[in-house]
Amino acid sequence: MSNSLKQRKLTSKLVLYITLLAGLVISIFPFYWMFVGSTNHTSKMFTNPPTLTFGGQFLTNLTNLNDSIGIYRVLFNSLFVSLVYVLLALIVNTMAAYALSKFEFKGQKTIFMILIVSMMIPYQATMIPLFKLMANFNFLNTYFALIVPSLCLPFAIFLMRQNLLAFPTALIEAARIDGAGEIRIFLRIVLPSMKPALAATAIYLFMAQWNNFMWPLVATTSNDMYTFPVALSSLIGISIIDYGQVMTGITIATIPIIIFFLLLQKHFIAGMLGSSVK
Amino acid sequence: MSKKLIPYFFLGPALLLFICFTVYPVISSLILSFQTQEAGQYVFTGLDNYIRLMKDTIFLKALSNTFIILIIQVPIMLFLALLLASALNSQLLKLRGIFRVGFFMPAVTSLVAYSILFSVMLQDTGVINRFLGFLGVDQIRWLSDAFWAKVSIILAMTWRWTGYNMVIYLAAMQNISEELYEAASLDGAGKIKQFFYITVPQLKPVILFTAIISTISTLQLFDEPYNLTNGGPSDATMTLGLYIFKNGFEYYDFGYASAIAYVVVIIVAILSFIQMKVTGDE
Repeated sequence: MSNSLKQRKLTSKLVLYITLLAGLVISIFPFYWMFVGSTNHTSKMFTNPPTLTFGGQFLTNLTNLNDSIGIYRVLFNSLFVSLVYVLLALIVNTMAAYALSKFEFKGQKTIFMILIVSMMIPYQATMIPLFKLMANFNFLNTYFALIVPSLCLPFAIFLMRQNLLAFPTALIEAARIDGAGEIRIFLRIVLPSMKPALAATAIYLFMAQWNNFMWPLVATTSNDMYTFPVALSSLIGISIIDYGQVMTGITIATIPIIIFFLLLQKHFIAGMLGSSVK
Repeated sequence: MSKKLIPYFFLGPALLLFICFTVYPVISSLILSFQTQEAGQYVFTGLDNYIRLMKDTIFLKALSNTFIILIIQVPIMLFLALLLASALNSQLLKLRGIFRVGFFMPAVTSLVAYSILFSVMLQDTGVINRFLGFLGVDQIRWLSDAFWAKVSIILAMTWRWTGYNMVIYLAAMQNISEELYEAASLDGAGKIKQFFYITVPQLKPVILFTAIISTISTLQLFDEPYNLTNGGPSDATMTLGLYIFKNGFEYYDFGYASAIAYVVVIIVAILSFIQMKVTGDE
């Protein structure tokens, strides 16, 4: 290889690394700045030059934050709603996926088609009747309203069905011949081999519910029933904003998910993209 | 349990929930879109809500804003994601794992949290203007200028979603045969040519998939304009999603809000259809 060609290759490699590094800084810097902000007083957020070092205000910010939105209560609401939702939605959708992949019955194809098409329906088209329904039954400001309406998630059914299709039907038939009951077959034979798919779907469901904003915003009106995102959003709706509190709030909302993500990278990415780990 | 009933037993709970909380609301809001509240009762008023839409300047603004954001943000983001994925796909690149995790990280933040974060960073005296100041750029009124407020939303969304799409492309790239690139190299095609003549065509179905998903979610855009700009300044970042919410839950005009929601339904249907036709089969 000639010297000039080598040099050109080196330059293009250098350009590539510098560009990627710049991209990485842009991706990561807002997180860093958020952490810094959560440890500083509001006034430090707008200094010139910008404050880029950690301060000692975190506990003060946390106390103020708790005074304004009741952080522990809304954190509990969000966690409770998300975890119960994941559990119930996993059961309901996996069962449906099992029916749609391992049985043949009347209307099967039509039902599956309707479920798939329904994924394209904008959420806003269902929100108003849902709100009226919940209001009529006095379910506003309840965990029921936050959890139940979105339990049947066609995308989760689709995901689980893809994985179940690959499960050998012969195993199910063999178990039937051995006299195992249908529920037993589902619980003891099918589900145990679906662990990676269930994990990915669970992460998908958790993220969807944990981040959900519009429905909780509509379905809750009292502070003690707010989910975390709704409570955070209420912080910036007032006239005098305490940015120290705000940064502390979004930091608390973000850190657990980041830790979770860094620990379970592969499962996490698979879950968020809606596929299972291969 | 009779044999024939078994699948219905497994499907039952999901189906029941689906009928109550998806099918019923979808039909109900279609009916509602032809109704108007008069003296506390909803009465049929035919196409009144839809006719009102045509003359509603805020609706038309929301429609055009949504499309401006869609047409600019989605292609930029998908193109960037493709470029990053190609760069990270190279076996020679060191630290690929770190880049991959780093670029994906914004995608784990909640939409509300990152919107709020950007709203603080983009203040007139915020950290972004301070950095731009070092580079000699005059203070930009990110959130209070009609043009820059749209740019702010586009920037924030691109930050949040590029890495997400990049990871989808990276996964799909594992299925492109190395031989295609080797053959192209032998024929003297450079990296840029390889990108446009091999990578992009090979990933066509995946690109279509991400384009449809991004389009559907941008048409419903709500969390970002609500938390980042609250639709302002003077409706410059009002989106269809935000306008539906405001009509429904600030003005309690359910009929009108439903009519807007159905406009979105129709647009989603048309655009998905066109995108599938234009990009051909699959």
